Amino acid sequence: MHEMSIALSIVEAIVAKAREEGAAKVSGVDLLIGKLAGIEPESLKFCFAAAAKGTLAEHALITVEEPEGVGECGECGKRFPVNFYYAECPQCRSLRIKIISGEEFLIQSITIEEKGE
Amino acid sequence: MCDTCGCSGDGGVVLRKPGGSVEHGDEHHEHDHKHHHHHHEGSSRKVVMEQDVLLKNNLFAERNRGYFEARNIFVLNFLSSPGSGKTSLLEKIIPALQQRFPVAVIEGDQQTTNDADRIHALGVPVIQINTGSGCHLDASMVNLAMKELDLQDNSLLCIENVGNLVCPALFDLGEALKVVIISVTEGDDKPLKYPTMFHEADICILNKIDLLPYVEFDVAKCRENAMRVSHNLEWFEVSATTGEGLAVWQEWLEKRVSHS
Repeated sequence: MHEMSIALSIVEAIVAKAREEGAAKVSGVDLLIGKLAGIEPESLKFCFAAAAKGTLAEHALITVEEPEGVGECGECGKRFPVNFYYAECPQCRSLRIKIISGEEFLIQSITIEEKGE
Repeated sequence: MCDTCGCSGDGGVVLRKPGGSVEHGDEHHEHDHKHHHHHHEGSSRKVVMEQDVLLKNNLFAERNRGYFEARNIFVLNFLSSPGSGKTSLLEKIIPALQQRFPVAVIEGDQQTTNDADRIHALGVPVIQINTGSGCHLDASMVNLAMKELDLQDNSLLCIENVGNLVCPALFDLGEALKVVIISVTEGDDKPLKYPTMFHEADICILNKIDLLPYVEFDVAKCRENAMRVSHNLEWFEVSATTGEGLAVWQEWLEKRVSHS
């Protein structure tokens, strides 16, 4: 269950950023989790709720964008969707495929509530 | 657990040396809990971060890597499911490798110093990281552990990760190469079932080949599966029990260490 330690590091990063921005709380977190990143978004959301308890990010709404896996053939250069690392080029049948998208794992942005004076 | 931010600090990580003292790995953790007393909520706004979730780990990993590079320490990260023979393999090759260059070991397990005790018996510096509930080693744990080890210049450091084919794949430790080990008592489709791990690996060692006559395991098929997931994988077939195939792997390793 690496999602828990990952959730904790997300909370740590966004709380630090929110403090820097002088936020009263974090109401939203936008994540980019590629389909080949090895992360289960549902599991991560579940862990996030526990990890964020008692922090500025408690109750923050998580939105996840999941880019599809895209492979590029090392032989003929064709680009095509892939679900796994062991894809085969639909054009030339080569197995020398480079993953060019789908491994992203980023905190894109956070939505913060500013303090009133 | 820290009750302000909910983080678990060191995550219950404990470093142990066989026969030595116990240390809690909390040096790297910073806490900064300021209290703000504002009572009016203002407007909300979006703050762009574009930050890699694993940034902190990756920065630690690069820091480790720089240290290893400066001292010419060749580092291998051994990964496998529990019971595929990581420790046995180390026990078998370390005595021979020690004749050529200094060797040190970092052992990762949830609990016990059993593996570190086995390596300690060989007379090499070893430290055990107990991850508690953690399922993988991360770069900051290795950073703490390596400071406790008396690492020599121009040496080999073997990091035996927690037995797990899923989580450790995501965490760069600062190693030169990742070595994944499978044994013939597992399935030959393992590379397809755990593609992330095999995709990340540089070397694959098939262990327990002495048991091939007794199990249904297709070596060629397994190798093909592994190569489909990771095209540049170096492949070795060994038995830590009988010693078969170990010379080839050892020779390859010696070359890498002396050239690094």
